[in-house]
Amino acid sequence: MTYHLKIYREQIKIYLALFFQYRVSMVIWMIGLIITPIVSLSVWSTVAETNGGIIDGFTREALAAYFITIMVVNQLTYTWVMWEYDNSIRQGLLSPRLLRPFHPIHQDIAENIAYKLLTSFVMAPITIGLILAFQPDFSLNTQQIVLFLPALVMGFLIQFLFGWTVAIMSFWTNRVSAVNRIYFFGKLFLAGQLAPLSLLPPALETAASYTPYRWMIAFPSELLLGWETGAMVWQGLLIQLFWVIVLVVVSQLIWRAGIKKYSAVGA
Amino acid sequence: MKHIYHVVREYFRIGLLGEMEYRVNFFIQIFESLIVLTVSLGSLAIVFRHTETLGDWLPEQMIVLVGIYTLIGGLINFMISPSMERLMQDVRHGTLDFALTKPADAQLLVSVSRFEIWKLIDLFLGISIVLIGLVRLRSEVSLADTAVFLFALSCGAIIIYSFWMILATLSFWFIKVENMLTIFQSTYSAARWPITIYPFWLRFGLTFIIPIAFAVTVPVEGLIGRLDETLMLTMILLTVGLGVLSRWFWKYGLAHYSGASA
Repeated sequence: MTYHLKIYREQIKIYLALFFQYRVSMVIWMIGLIITPIVSLSVWSTVAETNGGIIDGFTREALAAYFITIMVVNQLTYTWVMWEYDNSIRQGLLSPRLLRPFHPIHQDIAENIAYKLLTSFVMAPITIGLILAFQPDFSLNTQQIVLFLPALVMGFLIQFLFGWTVAIMSFWTNRVSAVNRIYFFGKLFLAGQLAPLSLLPPALETAASYTPYRWMIAFPSELLLGWETGAMVWQGLLIQLFWVIVLVVVSQLIWRAGIKKYSAVGA
Repeated sequence: MKHIYHVVREYFRIGLLGEMEYRVNFFIQIFESLIVLTVSLGSLAIVFRHTETLGDWLPEQMIVLVGIYTLIGGLINFMISPSMERLMQDVRHGTLDFALTKPADAQLLVSVSRFEIWKLIDLFLGISIVLIGLVRLRSEVSLADTAVFLFALSCGAIIIYSFWMILATLSFWFIKVENMLTIFQSTYSAARWPITIYPFWLRFGLTFIIPIAFAVTVPVEGLIGRLDETLMLTMILLTVGLGVLSRWFWKYGLAHYSGASA
């Protein structure tokens, strides 16, 4: 445990130094993360306004709160490893990482944490700006915030492990862009990025609950907003835990199979 | 004019020959294009479960908009973005010299230097969706509206091209301009919806800073007969302005270019 903590500390330090060299690029990469929720919010605000200010029980202000929360939760939980593994596998860049005395996933997680530590300084003012611009209706209480924290951590683990599993598909295919498109397609609809899940057709809403997608962004966000009540809260947290365990096991099984197939120079 | 045609045709032929080696890409591209289209049309379906109109846009008009979005996106990915990325790379590597020494206008050469042939699928898909939308709209689109639409669409294409050209020209001074292209790619998804639904600051940004409004929303408004004179005039001014600016900026940048052999 202390061994891993030390690894994380050192890796995060390295990545902080590295990312600090690319300050402008880092901010630019965030634009996609910011524009999607604003687009969704604008669409649903317009729908609400067209229909007398309320839509299926959601006021414009509640929708604003929802999409701003979704943006922050996605920023804190998302991963971009699926764009990088293809390259490192094809060019053999993975080989030196395999020689290190710890699993490469720890390096990926450390990179992710370092990126988020730095980008928080940009995300915070943007969030405040959006709150001022859209006047959302937040009603937070201590219980929601306390429960939100484990939900957020598990949301991160689910999104990261899911994305990482997609990434290591590169052991078998080099059509990453097609594979990634499917992944992000699911995320847009089923993770609550396009609309609150209850606005989806019932079949899609049910489908979302049976995939990891709902549990990585939508559930933590709705928990914070107080939309999840009573038994749903505990059930949700348990389902999150279930997905974390499933994804740890599945990703490691796929990783072992992939590593056997890996045949770059030096492996 | 004939000269331009020959240059474009030759480069297109070379691109076609290159891609013919990778025929599987054709099916991958169809697959990807269909996913993107499903995202656009699926989002519409979900939104229109809850409302009759989106602002003052009818569902059928939104289908037309999605068609134009796909069409323009296809055009960008088919020729504008590949050539411009190539240009930036050439400036960095000094290989731009090869374009400059050819006996044709350099801006023309760098603008058609690479085609991603399979992205033509998006052009066909886009046109089909527009037609489907129009048929479902069941309104006779007058000849005048069609003319306005085609004119607006061409203006939109020129605006987008000039914008990319200006960005790409920046690579004479800056190294990591690719990042600005990322800005464009991420922002373009906002054009899937009419820009009238966005808050003022975003509408302004999407019109004058990253001008995607004139490429998608405005032509569609022309087609459904909603384009007024002020907007039309703004568009013409912006088209001419950006076109001239990009040309001047390119010449100016070129004067600052010190290539591999210069």
